[in-house]
Amino acid sequence: MLRRVADALYWMSRYIERAENNARILDVNIQLLLDFENQNEAAVRRHWEPIINSLEDRELFFSIHPEATAETVVDFVSFEKKNPNSIYSCIGRARENARTVRELVSSEMWEQINSLYLYLGSERSRSVFAGSGYEFFKSIVDASQLFQGITDATMNHGEGWDFLQVGKYTERADRTSRILDVKYHLLLPTGEKVGGNVDVVQWLAVLKSCSAMEAYRKLYVGQVAPWMVAEFLITNDTFPRSIRFCVNRLDLALHRISGISHTHYGNEAERLSGRLSSDLAYSTIADIFSFGLHQYLDRIQSRLVEVSKAMLKTYCDWMEEEGKMHYPLKSPAEA
Amino acid sequence: MFAAEGVARPHYRKLMERFQDMGREEFERKRALAAQSLLNQGVTFTVYNNNEGTERIFPFDLIPRIIPASEWDFIERGLAQRITALNMFLHDVYHDQRILKEKIIPGETIRSAAHFRPEFMGFDVPKDIYIHICGTDLIRDESGVYHVLEDNARCPSGVSYMLENRQVMKRIFPKLFGRYSVRPVDTYSEELVKLLRSVSPDGNNEPAVVLLTPGIYNSAYFEHSFLARSMGIEIVVGADLVVENARVYMKTTKGLKPVDVIYRRLDDDFLDPKVFRPDSLLGVPGLVEAYRRGNVNLANAIGTGVADDKVVYYYVPQMIKFYLGEEPILPNVPTYLSANDADRAYILEHADELVIKAANESGGYGMLIGPQATKAEVEKFRGLVAANPRNYVAQPVVNLSRAPAFCEESIEGRHIDLRPYILYGDKITIVPGGLTRVALRKGSLVVNSSQGGGSKDSWVVDDEPDAAAC
Repeated sequence: MLRRVADALYWMSRYIERAENNARILDVNIQLLLDFENQNEAAVRRHWEPIINSLEDRELFFSIHPEATAETVVDFVSFEKKNPNSIYSCIGRARENARTVRELVSSEMWEQINSLYLYLGSERSRSVFAGSGYEFFKSIVDASQLFQGITDATMNHGEGWDFLQVGKYTERADRTSRILDVKYHLLLPTGEKVGGNVDVVQWLAVLKSCSAMEAYRKLYVGQVAPWMVAEFLITNDTFPRSIRFCVNRLDLALHRISGISHTHYGNEAERLSGRLSSDLAYSTIADIFSFGLHQYLDRIQSRLVEVSKAMLKTYCDWMEEEGKMHYPLKSPAEA
Repeated sequence: MFAAEGVARPHYRKLMERFQDMGREEFERKRALAAQSLLNQGVTFTVYNNNEGTERIFPFDLIPRIIPASEWDFIERGLAQRITALNMFLHDVYHDQRILKEKIIPGETIRSAAHFRPEFMGFDVPKDIYIHICGTDLIRDESGVYHVLEDNARCPSGVSYMLENRQVMKRIFPKLFGRYSVRPVDTYSEELVKLLRSVSPDGNNEPAVVLLTPGIYNSAYFEHSFLARSMGIEIVVGADLVVENARVYMKTTKGLKPVDVIYRRLDDDFLDPKVFRPDSLLGVPGLVEAYRRGNVNLANAIGTGVADDKVVYYYVPQMIKFYLGEEPILPNVPTYLSANDADRAYILEHADELVIKAANESGGYGMLIGPQATKAEVEKFRGLVAANPRNYVAQPVVNLSRAPAFCEESIEGRHIDLRPYILYGDKITIVPGGLTRVALRKGSLVVNSSQGGGSKDSWVVDDEPDAAAC
């Protein structure tokens, strides 16, 4: 497979996953607010700034909007063209990448991503959005999941498909860590205790945004505590949005691409992903909390960046000399 | 399609019945369905303004153009004759130049042609094929005679629209296909990939064939990816390829993989910055050297543009006589060469009645349609012709035949042309029909998509038994 094509498939997959997760984060935050309707304005604002912090787009956000309100944050994360990570930009870039590899994606995949893109640019999406945030975000999550289902069912499960898996699971591990981190940034109202009512509701929201509620409840019957939720979303090895699960899948996909047994590594990306995978397997939640949850998640994010860089170097770099033959479609830096 | 005002030619009768039966609502519904289908599939071209590219669908007219089989057979013979002569001409012009020595074409015309590549004199291309793929534009005049307007012998585009238009029509009017027996076009991609494989330089039986595109920002990118997909070959940009020891490779996840045949959708000028334009970022450094050494083949060959020159076009009927000893089956549109003193005097005097074209421009650029131009524009072209006679030709405005098209509110006659696609390999293959372009603006003669043109599906159908009666 062409290195450029592997690159485009990887990024296409990441962007779609990113758009879906942005929709999840916003949706949950809106729902969370409904539980605290009688809050004052300052309290409401405290709900939105953490999203911007967690997505690491703070600087850009405040260069466009003076303050983080429900409207400004939701618009920034959903439609803002200047924000390269907004849902609109992500789908646009996913489609741009898909366009370069149309000989590899099935027509059904292309039509799905293309119609999602056309929908986002249309009046219709704006009016759905204005009518109900819930409907809008659900339409994005549904469209992304439909795309993944179509991909599984119509695309050849060969090397190209493996690059899609690498992109999808890298992004999903990263986003789950950020969703958890939103909770870290979300301060409890004064007088509320850790483990108190508000705290529990917030942790439930985190689970919901990862579609993890049912799976969590079966494992931790009747209990919601910060360390349990974190344990589940970080170290569970069967839930498809937990960080460990995603890293395992990422590691497997990398090994399928190289053809090397997954007990060994044949390149730097495999070495890094294997090490991350075993760290996740052998860490207890007590270790993680004593390291500091936020610091731990931060570390996970930068280790994912390292895996990704090594993978791109091994399989995807295709420009002769950086800057000399700059093909317009250059994937941006990691977000 | 109209024999006289309002009287449809016989082969259109069933079609008109169907469209007349159809209510306005049904027609609109089908039209919206077609547009949506084209948009979702991304059958678009890109229009640039304000630095922001917007994708538009190539306007598609639901009413097909019908060509009776007898008419088509004639066209087919004419096109086969023409491409054979053009390939012989290219061989000759890059070897012995007999046609120049015998003064059929002035040597100066060739030497001054912008796309003539003297660097390739004496160079032998595999199987002696220069033009593998040709898209020849035909127009039918008011008396029903088809003329050749131009031969696109470099990178003719539009074939994907021909194929997609047929798909859309089948989806929308399945019954109509039952009533007519329309000759199929969908073998094009198979024929093309067979042709490309057959011209592999060392006769390699399993050649790696790729399509070289300028990239996704090229307005024809949809077509490039469509063709690559339907042929099952890789689509590459210049930076995907690298030349080592005069051999072309593509950069894959598993290392370098050799490439044997390149279907390039990139003009000569951009192919190799070491040989042609040094500022080209789209090509592959060293590609020409690999080609010269016979390690890779290009379709079309380098230097075919000399046959595209509008002054050289003037001589194609003479070429046919010279190389084949035959009378041309399809005539040219009458053409004045401004390089000839008498012609030039005529052009300068009648500039406001003529179509004046620069010899090496395409896509509706660098041309003047006298009767529709302002005085200032006519003056400008008079100046251009006088200053650079070699570079201009002129033709009378041909009253193109019209076909019914749906325009805004109703079905009206609009001017059309026809671009069949000719594949020249071990045999000549022309899929029946081609791309019919239609000038959707009332009175307009320009069919280019950038100027309000659209397209139609083109059907070659068996003749009606009673055709002669009308």
